[in-house]
Amino acid sequence: MDATELRERVRAFLRDHDPATMDRLEFLRARFDAGLAWISYPPALGGLGAPRSLQPVVDDEFAAAGAPDNDPMRIAIGLGMAAPTILRHGTDEQRRRWLRPLWTGEEVWCQLFSEPGAGSDLAALGTRAVRQDDGWTVDGQKVWTSLAHEARWAILIARTDPSLPKHQGITYFVCDMTDPGVEVRPLRQITGEAEFNEVFLTGVRIPDAHRLGEVGEGWRVAQTTLMNERVAIGGGAVPREGGFIGVVANTWRSRPELRSPGQLDALMRLWVSAEAGRLTAQRLGEQLATGQPGFEGSAVKYAYAKLNQEISGFELELLGEEGLRYDDYTMRRPTGVPWQERSPGYRYLRAKGNSIEGGTSEILANIIAERVLGLPPEIRVDKDVPWKDLPR
Amino acid sequence: MTLLYSEVEEELRGAVRRLLTDRAPWTAVLKRTESDEPYDHALWRTLAAEIGTAALPVPEKLGGAGASWREAAVVAEELGRAVAPVPYLGAAMATAALLAIADDDLLRQVSAGERTAVLATPLSTGPGAAPPVSARVDGDTRVDGDTLTGAVTSVADALAADVLFVIAGDGLYAVEAAAATRTPVLSLDLTRRLADVSFEGVPARRLAGRDAVGPAWAAAWRAGAVLLASEQLGIAEWCLSTTVEYVKTRHQFGRPVGSFQALKHRLAELWVAVTQARAVARYAAGCLADGDPDLAVAASLAQAHCGPVAVRAAEECVQLHGGIAMTWEHPAHLYLKRAKSDAIALGTAERHRATLAGLVDIPS
Ligand SMILES: Cc1cc2nc3c(=O)[nH]c(=O)nc-3n(C[C@H](O)[C@H](O)[C@H](O)COP(=O)(O)OP(=O)(O)OC[C@H]3O[C@@H](n4cnc5c(N)ncnc54)[C@H](O)[C@@H]3O)c2cc1C
Repeated sequence: MDATELRERVRAFLRDHDPATMDRLEFLRARFDAGLAWISYPPALGGLGAPRSLQPVVDDEFAAAGAPDNDPMRIAIGLGMAAPTILRHGTDEQRRRWLRPLWTGEEVWCQLFSEPGAGSDLAALGTRAVRQDDGWTVDGQKVWTSLAHEARWAILIARTDPSLPKHQGITYFVCDMTDPGVEVRPLRQITGEAEFNEVFLTGVRIPDAHRLGEVGEGWRVAQTTLMNERVAIGGGAVPREGGFIGVVANTWRSRPELRSPGQLDALMRLWVSAEAGRLTAQRLGEQLATGQPGFEGSAVKYAYAKLNQEISGFELELLGEEGLRYDDYTMRRPTGVPWQERSPGYRYLRAKGNSIEGGTSEILANIIAERVLGLPPEIRVDKDVPWKDLPR
Repeated sequence: MTLLYSEVEEELRGAVRRLLTDRAPWTAVLKRTESDEPYDHALWRTLAAEIGTAALPVPEKLGGAGASWREAAVVAEELGRAVAPVPYLGAAMATAALLAIADDDLLRQVSAGERTAVLATPLSTGPGAAPPVSARVDGDTRVDGDTLTGAVTSVADALAADVLFVIAGDGLYAVEAAAATRTPVLSLDLTRRLADVSFEGVPARRLAGRDAVGPAWAAAWRAGAVLLASEQLGIAEWCLSTTVEYVKTRHQFGRPVGSFQALKHRLAELWVAVTQARAVARYAAGCLADGDPDLAVAASLAQAHCGPVAVRAAEECVQLHGGIAMTWEHPAHLYLKRAKSDAIALGTAERHRATLAGLVDIPS
């Protein structure tokens, strides 16, 4: 399958499905069924088993025809984390049930991983799943759950055997967010609004058919999710000046009165870092497309967090008096991160989360040091202790 | 444009690395720094003529290998990794100038590795529009018929050259290196030597006239900046991997020092920086190979980014080795000296940032 053939397929599809007249959802479903959704996925699951590197060919062709997209930002957790995990570890039945509405955006997904007592040390989680009849009953509390207020489904990890060491007694589930035992409460962020939530799980029923992978294998399954999360954050091809740097550069260009010689060099340092980060993400994309393992994903996320924080901090100081003002601290429940439309203060505050979400930069540095560079692991006092006996 | 390495490039890398491991281990490189022959001419001949690295960027019809600057940049990485004492950078810049002015005869000799040409300009010459050497050479340089008089300082690789290219007021000239006076300079970097060069009524052959000097110089300088970035990547990679290996084996407080998180995090950060440098250097090499319109940006970006990364890697290498790295008998200083000199060569990062600002429309 090459680019020409793919382009031809998209055009043929568009001849039969006019985006101008067709219902948006019907169009997206038909695109999925034609294997033109995520082309690297298998046939019958929205793909063609084609190289991932050719995905932009398809996306560009659809965009040029004015076709509706699946609002990828709103379903980022589904696309970036749940889908690859379901594809890799799910049964045929599970893949058929979940992947299509996930991709079309009919069903939003969220990630019930972090807990108040288990953040960086995710494997210490205490949410319990107890086997009952033909399924499981889940009790516990999750936290920092982005999009839980929108989600139809959640990927969930819970403890199924507290007598084993922490990594071993975990099982991976798909949780129905409409279950009456699921309670979602917004958590207000430093930016004013609530992107994320705390989620209380009380006697939530999960059928065994909604388990992903074997009982006790949840930690291994979760690695697929976490690997993909790191790739998703900060990855992807963007044009030059496509990120925060473009906003600041344009402010600089249009506002001569703000400029000073010292700040010019500071801005150019950031510009160089942004471009280096962009090219690194581009190279990572090429590596992924050719199926090479992408530890570079860690480099991309690590650098991206630092860069966004530096640029947004610079932007506030560049603006001086305006930097003292904020646009809106009203409590809302947004579905995305509209950094382009919001004020510099929002960018500054929101970017603080970049080095925390999806694994903190310190944890990332540990991972790079140990898995990439092969340096000795951190001393672990808790690895072989049954979870129930851990100090907390 | 791909930012990955091709199979052919990896093969070339393997061949160069095997040669350097065999003929230029750091112990030999160190010893040579205090010998009468600071450049390894025999190694350079093997590299340039037998492996054919001198011919890489030259088209086949001009006697070249029909490869590209992309492959040439891979060679630069390996030479940086070995701080090899060969005049690769100077020769490559001269080749770029020859390609720009289309002097086929000399190009053929140079790409066959028969003769080594080097551009007689100060190594520190930074980004800028005009051929910078004329400024330095102009005042006291006279062209009397076909002889040349003048002086230029801090020329890299001049000591290893057969032919020197001199930018005089109205053109670019070729001078037999033996006819010039080359005074060795004690350079900070012992593996890439500098010389002050003077010409006293030296016979000169005009290679290009007034109009061609600017483009030839620009081509040479850009090729140099791009290859230097790859060299800096190689230096940084050596420093990172050598330091990582060392901290795994060096024990203090009853454990490898590499198990202390403070060091793990510093090395992880360095790895991130090196990973970025690789993408940036590859992009620059790709732009040079393809004659991409973004080349000017790519070259200065590469210098603004890779120069500081190499310096940081070399400085971390010294610090994380502790006292042993302060000794003459340890290779770290060879890399530190090369990295710091490279950060000044062809313009400091600050100069490149200023140039970039102009190129991407960020006014002062
Ligand atoms: C905006 C945002 C959205 C999020 N969305 C979701 C979501 O949708 N779903 C979800 O499950 N989670 C989500 N998270 C949670 C996120 O994954 C966790 O916050 C993160 O893993 C850190 O855990 P913690 O907050 O408990 O901090 P802690 O783990 O308590 O860390 C505190 C500090 O200690 C450091 N630290 C911890 N361990 C080590 C160590 N071994 N070595 C060195 N330093 C260490 C950390 O780096 C940090 O600086 C989100 C977080 C944010 C900020």
